[in-house]
Amino acid sequence: MNWQWFHRLGSPRWFYEKTQAWLPWLSIITLALLLVGGIWGLGFAPTDAKQGNSYRIIYIHVPSAFLALAGYYIMAISGAIGLIWKMKLPFMVMKAAAPIGAALTFLALITGAIWGKPTWGTWWVWDARITSMLILFFLYLGVIALQQAFQNRDTADKASAILALVGTVNIPIIYKSVDWWFTLHQPATIKFIGKSTIHISMLYPLFIMLVGFYCFYTLVLLLHTRVEILRRESRTQWVNDLAAGKQGSK
Amino acid sequence: MNFQFDSLDAFLIMNGHGVYVWACYIITFSVLTFLVVSPMLQRKSFLKQQKKNSLLQKNVQ
Repeated sequence: MNWQWFHRLGSPRWFYEKTQAWLPWLSIITLALLLVGGIWGLGFAPTDAKQGNSYRIIYIHVPSAFLALAGYYIMAISGAIGLIWKMKLPFMVMKAAAPIGAALTFLALITGAIWGKPTWGTWWVWDARITSMLILFFLYLGVIALQQAFQNRDTADKASAILALVGTVNIPIIYKSVDWWFTLHQPATIKFIGKSTIHISMLYPLFIMLVGFYCFYTLVLLLHTRVEILRRESRTQWVNDLAAGKQGSK
Repeated sequence: MNFQFDSLDAFLIMNGHGVYVWACYIITFSVLTFLVVSPMLQRKSFLKQQKKNSLLQKNVQ
């Protein structure tokens, strides 16, 4: 079997140059999806019979929470690949994924709290779903802190990859928390198996926002990884050439 | 598919839920913008610094 593609994937320079062309397209698609989904959700989706207009928060709350979890997988899997195959690039992706994941988890928590006030009558409850999301937030912060705690780059990468991997225990707990424990949080309304409990007219904009957030995540992960590549490869010739030649153009 | 509100005021107030909904959207918009802009600024300042360093090195040699 030809493994060349896999090794090339491990080359930061190849990745940096390859992704350059994707950025404008990805930005346009992301912006279009988020605009359409956001306006549709805010103004055109029907008002919820029980929750009134407050439910419109779903269009950012659910996508943020989705990506907070998906982002954790990406971070942990990148860390694992880095540990197993001793490649440089996956560790850079892992490091880039941590602050993005933390920001999205923060968004899920804060929009959830604001949604909770008119719906449940409280900003915060210590229930399973919310507490496990808070733990996710701290795991992300832990990875960020570990990255900065070591002088040695390799040690920092290995330590944070291990923390990320250990933390994956939390992910199924978050998914299942609304089924396992009695909670204020509503159970999942979108189901991949079986019938979704959300009306189709509310589902369309949510779906657009979900795809939009996935595109956004990809875009931002690329941007952060590319900066990390430049930093770690700062002693190489190609980065020097890049700095010397392209300065001012972008 | 129709616009669900009678006026701009109704759209902003959303039967009393407007404060919560708009707060969420504004916070989200700010955080997402920050996530996009911060790596762009970091890249810019990195390239600037890198250019400076290589010029310094050349002068030393």
